[in-house]
Amino acid sequence: MSRPARGGSGASFRSGLRQRLTRVAEAAVTPLELADVLDHFHPLRRDSADLRARIVSVHPETRDAATIVLQPGKDWAGHVPGQYIRIGIDVDGVRHWRAYSLTHGPRPDGRISITVKAVPDGIVSNHLVHGARPGTLVHLEQAAGEFVLPSGIEQGPGKLLFVTAGSGITPVIGMLRNLFPVTDSGVLDLPRSHDLDITVVHVAPSEPVSIFIHDLRALHDAGAIRLVAHHTDKAGRFAVDTLGEVIPDLAERTTYACGPTGLLDEVRTHHEGLGLPLHVEQFRVDTIVAGEGGTVGFTAAGPTVDAPGDRPILDVAEEAGVLMPSGCRMGICMGCVLPMTEGAVRDLRNGELTVAVPGETHPDGVPIQTCISAAAGDCTLSH
Amino acid sequence: MTVITKKPESPTSHLSEEDIEQLGIELDAIRQDIIDSRGENDAAYIRKVVDVQRKLELGSRAVLLVSIFPPAWILGTAGLTIAKIIENMEIGHNVMHGQWDWMRDPKIHSTTWEWDNASTAEGWKHSHNEVHHTYTNIVGKDNDLGYGIMRVDEDQTWVPSYLIQPALNFLNMLVFEYGIAAYDLELGKNLRIPKERRPASFAQNAKNTLRKIRKQATKDYVVHPLLSGPSFLHTAAANLTANVLRNVWTHSVIMCGHFPEGVETYEKAAIPEKETRGEWYLRQMLGSANISGSKAMHFMTGNLSHQIEHHLFPDLPSNRYAEIAPKVKALFDKYDLNYHDAPLPQQVFSAWHKIVRLSLPNGWMESTNVKNLPKQLGALAKLTRADLRTRRRMLKEIEAAGAAAS
Repeated sequence: MSRPARGGSGASFRSGLRQRLTRVAEAAVTPLELADVLDHFHPLRRDSADLRARIVSVHPETRDAATIVLQPGKDWAGHVPGQYIRIGIDVDGVRHWRAYSLTHGPRPDGRISITVKAVPDGIVSNHLVHGARPGTLVHLEQAAGEFVLPSGIEQGPGKLLFVTAGSGITPVIGMLRNLFPVTDSGVLDLPRSHDLDITVVHVAPSEPVSIFIHDLRALHDAGAIRLVAHHTDKAGRFAVDTLGEVIPDLAERTTYACGPTGLLDEVRTHHEGLGLPLHVEQFRVDTIVAGEGGTVGFTAAGPTVDAPGDRPILDVAEEAGVLMPSGCRMGICMGCVLPMTEGAVRDLRNGELTVAVPGETHPDGVPIQTCISAAAGDCTLSH
Repeated sequence: MTVITKKPESPTSHLSEEDIEQLGIELDAIRQDIIDSRGENDAAYIRKVVDVQRKLELGSRAVLLVSIFPPAWILGTAGLTIAKIIENMEIGHNVMHGQWDWMRDPKIHSTTWEWDNASTAEGWKHSHNEVHHTYTNIVGKDNDLGYGIMRVDEDQTWVPSYLIQPALNFLNMLVFEYGIAAYDLELGKNLRIPKERRPASFAQNAKNTLRKIRKQATKDYVVHPLLSGPSFLHTAAANLTANVLRNVWTHSVIMCGHFPEGVETYEKAAIPEKETRGEWYLRQMLGSANISGSKAMHFMTGNLSHQIEHHLFPDLPSNRYAEIAPKVKALFDKYDLNYHDAPLPQQVFSAWHKIVRLSLPNGWMESTNVKNLPKQLGALAKLTRADLRTRRRMLKEIEAAGAAAS
């Protein structure tokens, strides 16, 4: 008997066998997905259903900030310092998504870290800083973001300026730690970073709440960077137009700025005026303010509809000719559920608000029951 | 039983419109309490149940790989039966109701869940969540009343074919998952009308259901038996047994929810065009029956033993029904309504009693005793052959005799 020739026999035979075995396993666990079943035993394995990570440890940085070290699953594709991740974490049983900058460069142990500052009324940030427990599984998306140093910058001579305020230091500390690793014997002077000339202007409300101030001082003392720390409790508001005085060679530097919108706008205006190169990273671009009624837009199904605050979106949309899924029309059957990608709705039965903020809630939107939800601001439904 | 509006004395006649609205407000408050307090513990509960169920199922199927050994067969079949029941009852049914949607976890969500059953999640959500839960116990609107094949109410006119309904119900019990699949498709109704007049969605739904059935059957009767090698037939038999036992259990529990004697039914015409929330609540209260029993029993019924609480608040997490049951019962007492609650054997018997009683003409059972049995059977035989007019006359006579006897 002759056997058909196999190109690269061994490997393709194995992958063919693997595929066949997978198909059998899938048929054996239907209607479940095979990946979901395997995740019950090993959620951090390769090819898991969702990318996840386990909280390894929580280190307080200041009174209201902490660094969370995470062991990501095998599908983690790595990151470039300065990038951020979106993590999905359950607080009080409800999944929330938030974006945080990664505060380390790629680490030999494969772990990643984020540093979180608890903001007033921040559901997720307060939970992460004060309530996160090692061992907890969180959901994760691959690293993203353009706020990174260009590759080859180490070959310099790179003259850089970082302007950061508050938790705006987080992506920058990731870059700095990558350039200047700190060991027990102090800051390493790596040849690859030797020619870099870096100044960091960091603004914080006060020294005790300034995240990473000790790390920054250590880098300063070791001669790796020049630190200009500005604490507004003592020195007052930081005036962006004094940058030129603080940094005499400002014109020769490329600026990377990260912080609250107000500061970034000022730096932008300032640098545009002088024609200086600038890269910015802006946190929290969207806030949803709930009101009474609003427009309801659809990603595919039709026109934008004006919806009052006291009527179900389902009724209003149907009257405007949108073909809506529907069921019992009284909030019990879930036949009308659509994902809201942005906006706020109010449950007409008890007034409860549901808010979807791009970048904070699930990427596919927050499912809402249109038959008992009224618009509480402008909304977009995925439909 | 007869529809509530035709009863000599309605069980709700003592309630004013204001009472009913106040009742609705008080029930809303019970619901709100749970919504305000649901959180981490509840989420941990459902995740634990899902985790344990999946491991129990995998473990049982692993044991069944050597089901040729009798102890393995018994252990594996028992485990798989329990796993399938938990999957359908405490997990599947409740997840598809959206009881866990508030967690915003796409893996445990009414829009994404698919269950270990012949019927598709999509079909089930329509016929169960949408039709049955909205139009509960309205004769002619709620197909769960007899599933369109049985007579479960005195007001349904008796015809001779109802005589076989106890047998039909027994058969349906054995193959319940397929019964549900057919029922979700409204198969009976749709097959009776010509192809071109069936709703456009029917063909697609039927295709989806057949695909689901094929995958389910392949899993239980081909893949796992083949994996068992020499235990092929034993594993196939074990899976069949588990499926049938699951069918019998779910069928029994579901019968207890609405079929026992004393549960009220409603007339389509008597339901107001704009039923208020209070009126809807009241209909759910009187149209459902609970099963009393242990914690384990409640769990294995998917908390459908708290049928009354479930029908009032189908979207509240099932693990909280036990907690609100005393508050709900207190409202029944306050408004002088009958909280229908009894142990499982009693409710199952009651439901079967009704199926048998209504398979016979109204009044037949009541007017029959040992002495006149031959005569009564003779009348029944005559009734099956009689023309329409004679039958109508005889039915009236039997009903009158029944009323006189009781």
